[in-house]
Amino acid sequence: MSANRWGRFEDWDERPLRLDKFAVEDAENGFAAFSSPYDPKPGIRVAGGRVVELDGVAEADFDMIDLFIARYHLDPVVAVEAMAIPSHDIARMLVDMNVPRTDLVRLAHGLTPAKLAEVVAELNALEIAFAYSKMRARRTPGNQAHVTNAKDDPLQLAADAAIAVGFGFDEIETTMRVSRNAWANAVACAVGSSVGRAGTLFQCSSEEAEELKIGMAGFTSYAETVSVYGTERAFVDGDDTPWSKAFLASAYASRGIKMRCTSGAGSELLMGFHEKKSMLYLEARCLCLQRAMGVQGTQNGGIDGAPVTATVPGGVREMMAENLVAVWLDLECASGNDARSTESEIRVGAKILPYLIGGSDLICSGFGSILKYDNSFNPSLLNGEELEDFLVLQRDFEADGGLTPITEEKALDLRRRAVDAIAAVFDELDLGHPTGAMKQSVVMASGSDDTDSYRPGEVAEISDRIQKRAITVVDVIRALHARGFEEEAENLLWLVKLRISGDYLQTSAMVRNRKILSAVNDANDYQGPGSGYRLSKQRLNEIAAIRDVLDRETVLAQEEEFARLEARGVAFTRIGEAAVGGDPREVVIGVSPAFGVKLFRTMGGIPVSDLLREMVAGIESAGGVARIVRLRHTADTSFLGLSAARLSGSGVGIGIQAKGTAVIHQADRLPHNNLELFSNAPITTLQHYRDLGRNAATYARGEMPEPVVVPNHGEAMGSRYHARVALIYAIETSLIADGAPPEEIAVRRMEVPA
Amino acid sequence: MSNSKLTTADYPLAEKRPDLVKGPRGTGLDSISLDAVLAGEVTLEDLRITPEALRLQAEIARDANRATLGANFERAAELVKVPQDFIMHVYELLRPGRARSKQPLLDAAQTLRETYRAERMAAFVEEAAEVYERRGLFTYRF
Repeated sequence: MSANRWGRFEDWDERPLRLDKFAVEDAENGFAAFSSPYDPKPGIRVAGGRVVELDGVAEADFDMIDLFIARYHLDPVVAVEAMAIPSHDIARMLVDMNVPRTDLVRLAHGLTPAKLAEVVAELNALEIAFAYSKMRARRTPGNQAHVTNAKDDPLQLAADAAIAVGFGFDEIETTMRVSRNAWANAVACAVGSSVGRAGTLFQCSSEEAEELKIGMAGFTSYAETVSVYGTERAFVDGDDTPWSKAFLASAYASRGIKMRCTSGAGSELLMGFHEKKSMLYLEARCLCLQRAMGVQGTQNGGIDGAPVTATVPGGVREMMAENLVAVWLDLECASGNDARSTESEIRVGAKILPYLIGGSDLICSGFGSILKYDNSFNPSLLNGEELEDFLVLQRDFEADGGLTPITEEKALDLRRRAVDAIAAVFDELDLGHPTGAMKQSVVMASGSDDTDSYRPGEVAEISDRIQKRAITVVDVIRALHARGFEEEAENLLWLVKLRISGDYLQTSAMVRNRKILSAVNDANDYQGPGSGYRLSKQRLNEIAAIRDVLDRETVLAQEEEFARLEARGVAFTRIGEAAVGGDPREVVIGVSPAFGVKLFRTMGGIPVSDLLREMVAGIESAGGVARIVRLRHTADTSFLGLSAARLSGSGVGIGIQAKGTAVIHQADRLPHNNLELFSNAPITTLQHYRDLGRNAATYARGEMPEPVVVPNHGEAMGSRYHARVALIYAIETSLIADGAPPEEIAVRRMEVPA
Repeated sequence: MSNSKLTTADYPLAEKRPDLVKGPRGTGLDSISLDAVLAGEVTLEDLRITPEALRLQAEIARDANRATLGANFERAAELVKVPQDFIMHVYELLRPGRARSKQPLLDAAQTLRETYRAERMAAFVEEAAEVYERRGLFTYRF
């Protein structure tokens, strides 16, 4: 510890938070979330039915983005009306549950990027979250998973895809460590995601032309890595233009493949072409552009720029604000919560909460369903490690994050089935012949560090074979069927068939129970309490069913089992009604109604007979005489202690509950003003009980000993034990007999073989 | 069929209007079964979207007040019959600096219009050529 520094700062230095770096607001250099002096003032001029000035830029000076927005996004008629409404008034409409979403969407068709940014900047974080929940396009929330691994191992991809589907992800996205492996990844995830149920949309993020080819072969059903940028220079540096990307959007639709664009704060900053504009303004340009292109949706909210956005003041609020602009523009929103923007688990939990409770078309545009090191996109905000935390957050807030807990048995079944299915397809199509040992290692492994399976180089050969032999999804469907995976063959065909009608090309489309749900037939109709998305009783039950939940029967059965064993070794015998003692050395131990009757061990796992033995030994070690009394009129520690003290010849007594909570009391004290208390039974040891006995006898002699302190290490005692304590304490209270007199008891230990 | 446009009430087409949904060779959804795939009666060719389906989805999108999405579907309808290689060729030309002048883009637009009757898409590519020239995109990239 340094002499001139408060030690707490050294503690703080050690926390994961300090690995996060923070940047000062600096609009000049692109580090400004909500506003920059270089942002234009909102404005529009329409002449002859055409937009001739946009946010202060005259038509002759339009860059590609201005021009595309002016021609394809802005409705000149609505624009005149909408731009005339003060931003403050529109901001209030966004959070007014009585103003329907459809009214606001209509106005958005006439709002410029600077105006959209100015309006949402009026809202605080809570208002943004509320407005987002009201404005998102589809009513039912959903979620997306990343399924990748560090070896591009197709067996593991299949197993992990099946797991993601099992947890309820509506979309899964894969990518590769080695780009040549794209075809193997695609086949593996397509097969894995057909295990269990049909309809999970799948994408294989790769180079644009390759991705479209994989889609054409029928393996994938959507694409989302069509990036757009908020400045012309960044766009060109990203090797595209609004026209090339809009062309690609039409190309995907022409192949029956669902598509969304990607944009997010921080990308222009990272690419070095931010034009000193705020992140929100640039993002509003990106989003207007996306609506202009006619894409149904966006992956938006920082995305790859999330970590840099989170370094600036208000950066996290900005990501929420840009998501709000996206849904206000009536775009499907896969709302980021993707690239891990922090090392702090508290910042992770805080980041996800508004989306979890407010809902989103896809809460994460890549929840890492695999372990962090297996995520080939880089770690997500939430990953395989933290998936159960997310399940519990759903349960805590009774909020639908799109996921459903699964049992250990089901998880193993899904993994086995998926690995068997992909191995069978490889074998049938002569793509590879995985051994039983490879398969088994993948089924059981949490991540690729623990597998003994394909290596990236071997996968590349498989991938090349798939591509060279022009294997399509139809070949895979046939192979699945030939090897007895009929259900998976059916499921995969069902998914591919979706592209014939094109129903899933509409805004915010996903599949639930083999039905398409989109913003068309499941439109968000939020208008206050009782409207919009509500969890059904069945859905609440699904969300509540996490693993390892205590119930009364189980806890009581465990206690009874222990009692049965313990009762063989000890007998608590009633001697008769207890009277007030006369020995000035006496310390009375007052035990609770269930102590050694129904309950035989403390919360710390100590058998109550051992506890009494040590406590008596402690009393005797300080020259005291112990007497044990059962109190049946109360189970409360204070009154147990005070009653014991009043029966004691010395006026000093100990009260103790079966769960191990103990107190030293004195006859003339107020009930809750005791001498010493052990309130944290789970961490109280035999030595502590012995010391407590010793101290009680010392008080009896009229001396003041050093109190026994049970040290804790900051454990959240309540979260660990209170559910169990409440169930166990109910046994104590059930044995209380009002006004029952104290009974003197003898404890006899019988030597039985362990 | 009457000339009346579809509305959101007709959506999803596969559920509400299966009579309107056909594969490229006229195969109805019910005929596209696993058995048919195994028998070789249904191939990947039958699992594609048609220009008609995209136009119907465009009508639904417009009825849902999503005119730009509808326009995208209408452009897409024109691209259904355009071969993959030509699609990738046009996409590549539209990327910055691939074309060194307007002409390759105008040629591509002409092919789209004359060979594939992709009028909207052709006009879109011509518009790009104009804008690229004005913004100086016909420049050295690699």
